[in-house]
Amino acid sequence: MLDSKIPAGPLTEKWDKHRMNIKLVNPANKRKFTILVVGTGLAGASASASLAELGYNVITLTYHDTPRRAHSIAAQGGINAAKNYPNDGDTIWRLFYDTIKGGDFRAREANVYRLAQVSNNIIDQCVAQGVPFARDYGGLLANRSFGGALVSRTFYARGQTGQQLLLGAYSAMMRQVALGKVKLMTRREMLDVVIHNGRARGVIARNMLNGQIEPYTADAVVLATGGYGNVYFLSTNAKACNVSAAYRAHKKGAFFANPCYVQIHPTCLPVHGDIQSKLTLMSESLRNDGRVWVPKNKGDKRPPAEIPEADRDYYLERKYPSFGNLVPRDVASRNAKYVCDEGRGVGETGLAVYLDFADAIQRDGEETIRAKYGNLFHMYEKITGENPYRVPMKIFPAVHYTMGGLWVDYNLMTTVPGLYALGECNFSDHGANRLGASALMQGLADGYFVIPYTIGDYLATAWGDLRKHDVTPETAEFKDAVKDATDKTEKLLALNGERTVDSIHRELGMLMWDKCGMSRTKEGLEEAAAKIPQIREEFWRNAKVPGRGAELNQELEKAGRVADFLEFAELIVQDALHREESCGGHFREEYQTPEGEALRNDEEFAYVAAWEYNGVGEAATLHKEELKFENVELTQRSYK
Amino acid sequence: MSSNGNLLQLKLRVWRQKGPDDAGKLVEYQLDDVSPDMSFLEMLDHLNAKLILEGQEPIAFEHDCREGICGACGAVVNGMSHGQEKGTTLCQLHMRKFRNGETITIEPFRASAFPIIKDLVVDRSAFDQIIRAGGYISVNTGNAPDANAIPIGKDKADLAFDAATCIGCGACVAACPNASAMLFLSAKVSQFALLPQGRPEAARRVKSMVAMHDELGFGSCTNHGECSTACPKEISLANIARLNREFAKSLISV
Repeated sequence: MLDSKIPAGPLTEKWDKHRMNIKLVNPANKRKFTILVVGTGLAGASASASLAELGYNVITLTYHDTPRRAHSIAAQGGINAAKNYPNDGDTIWRLFYDTIKGGDFRAREANVYRLAQVSNNIIDQCVAQGVPFARDYGGLLANRSFGGALVSRTFYARGQTGQQLLLGAYSAMMRQVALGKVKLMTRREMLDVVIHNGRARGVIARNMLNGQIEPYTADAVVLATGGYGNVYFLSTNAKACNVSAAYRAHKKGAFFANPCYVQIHPTCLPVHGDIQSKLTLMSESLRNDGRVWVPKNKGDKRPPAEIPEADRDYYLERKYPSFGNLVPRDVASRNAKYVCDEGRGVGETGLAVYLDFADAIQRDGEETIRAKYGNLFHMYEKITGENPYRVPMKIFPAVHYTMGGLWVDYNLMTTVPGLYALGECNFSDHGANRLGASALMQGLADGYFVIPYTIGDYLATAWGDLRKHDVTPETAEFKDAVKDATDKTEKLLALNGERTVDSIHRELGMLMWDKCGMSRTKEGLEEAAAKIPQIREEFWRNAKVPGRGAELNQELEKAGRVADFLEFAELIVQDALHREESCGGHFREEYQTPEGEALRNDEEFAYVAAWEYNGVGEAATLHKEELKFENVELTQRSYK
Repeated sequence: MSSNGNLLQLKLRVWRQKGPDDAGKLVEYQLDDVSPDMSFLEMLDHLNAKLILEGQEPIAFEHDCREGICGACGAVVNGMSHGQEKGTTLCQLHMRKFRNGETITIEPFRASAFPIIKDLVVDRSAFDQIIRAGGYISVNTGNAPDANAIPIGKDKADLAFDAATCIGCGACVAACPNASAMLFLSAKVSQFALLPQGRPEAARRVKSMVAMHDELGFGSCTNHGECSTACPKEISLANIARLNREFAKSLISV
């Protein structure tokens, strides 16, 4: 049933062969096709630019005031590529292997290998666009090791790599806007995908300035709408990040894969109060020099400086003597949770652990530490008002990235013909856990180097059918979708209860964080499954949405997104309940090794879980895509 | 964190304007339970939650990443773009920087090229128009030579990076007595002018971007320097000097 369309042949030749075999669209005919791209992050902007360069007519929608605001902009660390400039033994194969293993053997070999193959082209492209990567004095590009990799393959632009890459893709797209090949529609929020005669033929969007519900017709639709981390309310995502575009596509027939794979990043600033609106990530490079600890005894409220060594528990160093503070993200996060659950957490809320630089400062001097982490220490002080050179930082894990997403085949097409998903919006390359500096790589790989080829194959094949069943805004499915979206907006505007949308979103988020966060159990998940419908009911009964529809109405925008989160959360929980194993970002307490590590069950769960929508509150139907590992051996991770 | 239960009592004077054609006015709100640990935007969230439950319209303001990089947020706080803290976006400004009992005046970024949409939300799409006029290097996907084919001295690469850190928030325009966007424009022109990849189109780029800047109704630069002071990324005025050199060169190049 689920055909991943992985090309035959040896792994290393699949992509080349595929490109040779796929159909091409005659250059003169490309201008006869319109492709709709939703989202202008790395994936959406790079796809828009590249498709327009090929000659397609592109319409690009973003809910921001300008494409440059997309959340890719906030990525700090860097972007991986197998250039092997440092001559330290990196190869395409090694990047492939690290990514597959890092994903805890739950990603598709063929996709990941292709990702590693095109990684080098991405760096070339970005440099040509004027992206100011870090360089050495000799004028060549600098690399660093990141996220525990044994080679230095990460290219970076100080702590603002995402910003620089996004501005590169944005300017490439703006060039096409100037050439008239991309029609850019800002402040448009996609509300639905429209399917006609079995193919995706456009979307419905709300003009966020005047509330008009607008139909957009096209020959193919590309979703590049990011991840769903904000289902937890508090996350490192930007405030507007949401699941709505992907979820509404799911409701129209696109399968949703592995929603329970959520990455929780260990080094974020802790929650400080109940009005907090988001969490801020601090680069995990801090763990290279900082030591993580909590008091040995529960309820020890002394200031950190007054707690003697004998009363401190450096729990990562104690439990993982060989990796110590540098254990992978999921292990570090989970252990922080455990010590806080034991009542040994620090700070006002008890939901934080210390990250202490005192030893490093004593060893290397304050100046050395300032040179390495000055900007991070500055940011920490700005937000918390505390000086981390004098007092240990307080950190806590936070939701950061979602590996799950719309199911796509090798061509990045969803289960709806003509509907594609790129970047964090799809599920394809990171398995159950994403490695540092790989999100930027995947977003740009999909947009610059994959979709420009694969969409041509579809359009060339579907050409006759698309023309035979042409669509206009008057086509029944478009009119129906406009009506549905209008009705839904009116229903939201009629909500006149006693709670803000945020307070209900926060309630959902806390439930998800408690029961479906870093550590999950059958009982907890069942409890969440029972409570989510109650919160959803509370929303539709007691939320308050002020203002009108025919104007800028930020509460209405929020309400629409939260309404989707309240349905989608159930799918995450269903997926987490069904996956009776631990892998990557999905840790089920029932399935762990005697040392407390994630215990996979490759016999029964080496598959992608792709879910088919059956209705609000109805259980989704599971479709399995078996993962075949022909080139790597499945191993158990150990960091002792 | 540092909070010790000392909640701040604040009087807020906020610009309220229903729509582009409404006259708009400052409206006063009293807020008596502001935690010093809140960010400025969280303080506004807090006020908005109260307004909503009282049946009033919340204050519209733009924001997204809330970590100082997306450039969406911004308002004039007590007369300063993004408030008085140097090198700080509004989302990273925290309430501990204000005194108990203080009156805070909050207005939108004002400029004729940034029409007000509602309350604190302004239309900054003119910045996209400036970029569209030439803020790019013309290279199609797949055309690029090896990334290390052209070495670029570290000093120049670092200067290009410093210019490239502009977040496009518009604080510079709001701070400028002439409502000029020269700092924004010069940051982009500088980034590309400093890099060998940007040289082939340098003359065309600067001419076209400056022409678009003027056409959009931004004012001229008369060297007040308010832009750079207000810039949350502390983009240097040296970029405007470089822009002027590039512009002069473009007039004599063939």
